[in-house]
Amino acid sequence: MIEVKNLFKSFDGKEVLHDITTTFYNGKVNQIIGQSGSGKTVLMKCTIGLYRADSGEVMYDGRNIVNMTTDEVKKLHQEVGMLFQGSALFDSQTVLENVMFPLEMFSNMTQKEIEARAKFCLSRVNIDPVAFKLAPSEISGGMQKRVAIARAIALNPKYLFCDEPNSGLDPVTSIVIDKLIAEITQEYDITTVVNTHDMNSIMETGDNIVLIRKGNKAWQGSRNDIFSSDNEALNDFVFASQLFKEVKAAQSR
Amino acid sequence: MLLTRIMLVEFFKTIGRYAQLMGRTFSKPDSWKMFWRMMPREMAKLGVDTIGIIVIISLFIGVIMTMQTVMNTENPMLPRYSTGLVLRDTLLLEFSSSIMCLLLAGKVGSNIASEIGSMRITEQIDALEVMGVNSASYLILPKIVGLVLFMPVLVILSSFLGLAGGMGVAYFTDLITLDDFIYGIQYAFIPFYLTQAIIKSFFFGFIISSVSAFYGYFAYGGALDVGRASTNAVVNSSILILLSNIVLTQILLN
Ligand SMILES: Nc1ncnc2c1ncn2[C@@H]1O[C@H](COP(=O)(O)OP(=O)(O)OP(=O)(O)O)[C@@H](O)[C@H]1O
Ligand SMILES: [Mg+2]
Repeated sequence: MIEVKNLFKSFDGKEVLHDITTTFYNGKVNQIIGQSGSGKTVLMKCTIGLYRADSGEVMYDGRNIVNMTTDEVKKLHQEVGMLFQGSALFDSQTVLENVMFPLEMFSNMTQKEIEARAKFCLSRVNIDPVAFKLAPSEISGGMQKRVAIARAIALNPKYLFCDEPNSGLDPVTSIVIDKLIAEITQEYDITTVVNTHDMNSIMETGDNIVLIRKGNKAWQGSRNDIFSSDNEALNDFVFASQLFKEVKAAQSR
Repeated sequence: MLLTRIMLVEFFKTIGRYAQLMGRTFSKPDSWKMFWRMMPREMAKLGVDTIGIIVIISLFIGVIMTMQTVMNTENPMLPRYSTGLVLRDTLLLEFSSSIMCLLLAGKVGSNIASEIGSMRITEQIDALEVMGVNSASYLILPKIVGLVLFMPVLVILSSFLGLAGGMGVAYFTDLITLDDFIYGIQYAFIPFYLTQAIIKSFFFGFIISSVSAFYGYFAYGGALDVGRASTNAVVNSSILILLSNIVLTQILLN
């Protein structure tokens, strides 16, 4: 569980996040949604500690990352996995080496155990062994995302962050990735935080959804509350599409 | 006036960021195993792979300097061995230890800056940080250590090849006899010149690898910005080599 309390963040005097208070639960897919430029990535990076918040608290099961020393943050990061928007696989290493990397860096396992664990993680995300020896540039975008998930879960993280996991993917592959993230979250009881503005992912997997508008928290709830809510900001965001407007109209009939 | 002040502030900010980056680079690696795996690879990539160009350039410089020295100093007062002596000392004192490092700054510097820069813009460096890896130490330290340790090899190789080029001129032409040439390159040899060349090369190797890594590490934006970072790396490490060459020569030869 991650608790964000009264978080503020500005860049060069320009306020990007204003007094955000929210909770991300374990075993749930927690989503940060909102328009482009609303501050989703900044909120995620402040939560992880890639940016320092100006004020406020971010409690990782009781441990506040905001006032940790660099060394303490590094320790905590070993419990964190992250899936980047562009996958961020190391292009000088093969698929298998990418997944072995965090294990080589931080585990005391033998080379054999490391390889076995990496192969297990890759098979968990359905990567065919044929691809193990390929370079990241030689596999498709969807596969890169899955390899990145395998790398993120290699060290059994307690917290998993995904920044727009299905940007640049077709709708079918997007759903595969979303489902995979949701399954892994439940299977290993991870606190997963996903940034997205994709309505499909929101309706498919959003267990706990935080809507950010212009740096403020505008709404929080689950995917089941979306159609019944009369929150203005939420309706502006969700019913920007004619299709969803019609769905809502049909439901209320 | 205001402009100079802004430039000065920027200058010191850059120095500060560079110093901070070096501080993180030279902290204890998260995993020595990974360091020992990466370092020889970097040495091979940055050092061994540059041998080819060093061979070609040094040979040709040896050839041309010998020809020029013989043909432009037809003064009967000068002893015949002076050609070999001039070539040897020029190679050791300046060509192999400094000019060659400028060439390296072009090849190795742009390689380092573009590699690290593209890792930055594709979030690979963020990925390292989120894993809890000190990205500066993991990426930069093996490059600095690998290149610096290999520098003496390059310097000595370059000097020998330069001499070999000169010897080729003596052997294949009748501009100068081989005996005179060989006598020249042995005449009044000061071993400290070699030591000095190696000391300089350590400094220059450090400048090339650390400055280029700095520009790559703080690249921001897209592919064009990586290109810009790489140009900045080459230009600035070259300037720093030229400046520090003057200082080092002052210190070492006094
Ligand atoms: N490093 C930074 N320095 C200055 N301003 C920044 C920085 N990062 C983000 N911002 C600003 O913060 C605001 C929110 O950006 P953010 O990247 O969080 O948006 P987002 O909701 O993730 O959008 P998208 O969906 O397009 O990714 C933007 O106005 C952006 O310009
Ligand atoms: Mg974003």
